[in-house]
Amino acid sequence: MTKRRLIPLLCVPVAVFFLTIPLYGGDYLLEMLIIAFWFAYLGSCWNIVGGYAGLLSLGHATFVGIGAYTSTLLFTYLGVTPWLGMFAGALLASLVGVVLGYLSFRFKVRGVYFSLITMASTEIVRLVFEHVDWLGSTIGIFVPAVKGAGGAALYQFGPKWPYYLVILAMTGGILWVTYLIEHSRLGYFLKAIKENEDAARSLGVSAVRYQIIAMAVSGFFIALGGTFYAQYRLYIRPDLVMGVHFSVEIVMGPIIGGWGTLLGPVLGSLVMTPLGESTRWLTEVIKTTFHVQGLTGLHMITYGLVLVLVVRFMPTGIVGLYLKRKELKREKGIAAR
Amino acid sequence: MSCRCSPAAAQGKPMLYAQALINGVLLGATYGLMALGLSLIFGVLRIINFAHGNFMVLGMYASYWLFTLLGVDPYVSLLPAAALLFFVGFIVQRYVLNPIIEAPEEMSFLTTLGLGLIIQNLVLMAFGPDLHTIDTPYKLASLAVGDLNIDVSKLLAFIASLLITGAFFSFLQWSETGRAIRAASDNREAARLMGIDTKKIYCVAFAIGAATTGAAGACFSTFIPTSQDVGMLFTLTSFVIVIAGGVGTYHGTLIGGFVIGIAEELGAVMLSGSMKQVVSFCLLMVILLFRPQGLFGRESD
Repeated sequence: MTKRRLIPLLCVPVAVFFLTIPLYGGDYLLEMLIIAFWFAYLGSCWNIVGGYAGLLSLGHATFVGIGAYTSTLLFTYLGVTPWLGMFAGALLASLVGVVLGYLSFRFKVRGVYFSLITMASTEIVRLVFEHVDWLGSTIGIFVPAVKGAGGAALYQFGPKWPYYLVILAMTGGILWVTYLIEHSRLGYFLKAIKENEDAARSLGVSAVRYQIIAMAVSGFFIALGGTFYAQYRLYIRPDLVMGVHFSVEIVMGPIIGGWGTLLGPVLGSLVMTPLGESTRWLTEVIKTTFHVQGLTGLHMITYGLVLVLVVRFMPTGIVGLYLKRKELKREKGIAAR
Repeated sequence: MSCRCSPAAAQGKPMLYAQALINGVLLGATYGLMALGLSLIFGVLRIINFAHGNFMVLGMYASYWLFTLLGVDPYVSLLPAAALLFFVGFIVQRYVLNPIIEAPEEMSFLTTLGLGLIIQNLVLMAFGPDLHTIDTPYKLASLAVGDLNIDVSKLLAFIASLLITGAFFSFLQWSETGRAIRAASDNREAARLMGIDTKKIYCVAFAIGAATTGAAGACFSTFIPTSQDVGMLFTLTSFVIVIAGGVGTYHGTLIGGFVIGIAEELGAVMLSGSMKQVVSFCLLMVILLFRPQGLFGRESD
């Protein structure tokens, strides 16, 4: 019971720690943390569907892409500020999620078949975007840069720290939303459906409805992450924000950290991004010292290796490992008594 | 890179469609062979092998290098390519997949996804991002039948694929190992009770699945450029074929190969060449979403 109160208290120093980093951290550290928290945010959004509802989507990149493209197109063609455009993108992504979810779940398409459908859908969207000229095709779209003070109203900042604070706030927000879901009827129903769908159905829980709600919520929030990326980089291209490869990158954090847990995706991303960065750095070092070309695949190999090893040796992720240890300790305590 | 080969060019030209139909049938046999491996692996092991397309890319590279370095014809190097993939497949199943065979299906799925990433990027590191083509003597040759052209390299791939598929079916039907594989695929528990070493059978089945894929890769290398980044695409295409033909039926997979081959070639005529994958991905979604029960050959447990 005391623990219940302890956890929110613990949040304060952690939040203060991350909030104060811009005061002393350099640009390089900020860049890495922005990307790490961006993946933490995306992973947490995915977690609602992938972790809590147990539907292994490999198409969440589509929603990120819809978010990025909607706000950017609204801004470049109609001059709508991305602060508003991002909600248009989020609603659109949510709608796509509902349609995809309805079509899949009504026939009980799940497990790996659901993964296949989502993979195929994200590849279709990517290929279409790469072939339509006014969507930028393979060249992509540059977000027109705004100079001076007017930038903030258009979701553009000069230095990195405002972006950092934005993505930090977004991550905090999605954790709060996830926490609320976890402790609501929706969360309990999703858990029941995940554990045993037939049993849940026989108790009158409409599996289709709650799974669709999960898709809608997850799609809505993850699309906001797409707009963030577009505004941070001021450049988007179909293969950067869509497709299977990006979907896999989104899923990495939650899998390493522990899917279906509140903090798993954040922990996983904070481990994964520095790991990916250091292999990139290693690639550069090897390239310059030994004059070797063609080491570009090294960081994807790391991702692949991590995926294989995590599934084999800690299938429940970092958080799962911690929980299991705690359980063992408790059991030992009971046995000793 | 928007290809504007406009659909208008195809209108009123039934000849183009006939040509696409022929190409589709020729392509279909190799597609069928490619997907057979996936079908076997799924049927026996219930593993969704996401590294499948990457196995094929390995076969393509084996054939490319044997041709470039030693001048070996791709239809000869088909055997070493298959042998290499047999070896790779055996190792993968023995040391990576067998230990997690009892885990939920998502686990093996994620593992093969990771393997696919590793293979693809190892190939990228070793051979670079370039496209490679094999200039066989018959590369540009074609037979004219009326107004239609039949590419010799595609015809050869068609014949070779059908022969290998025939060999595959006879092996499965009549050999002792083939019978054990079918038994394990019908009922794991019963097969184990009958004294079949299922773990070993898994390795052999996975290896054979990979080997046929490698052979398909060698066939493809004669008319499709070899490159590292087509793996994911071929993986998805193989899934479309297996699902279209019905999961768990090997004959269905062959038919699925023809269906998808024809659909893609017709799609290439109607849309544009580089959009033809959209056709098969859309087919995958439509089949999974609207006819899931009807097309799954066997009761999924």
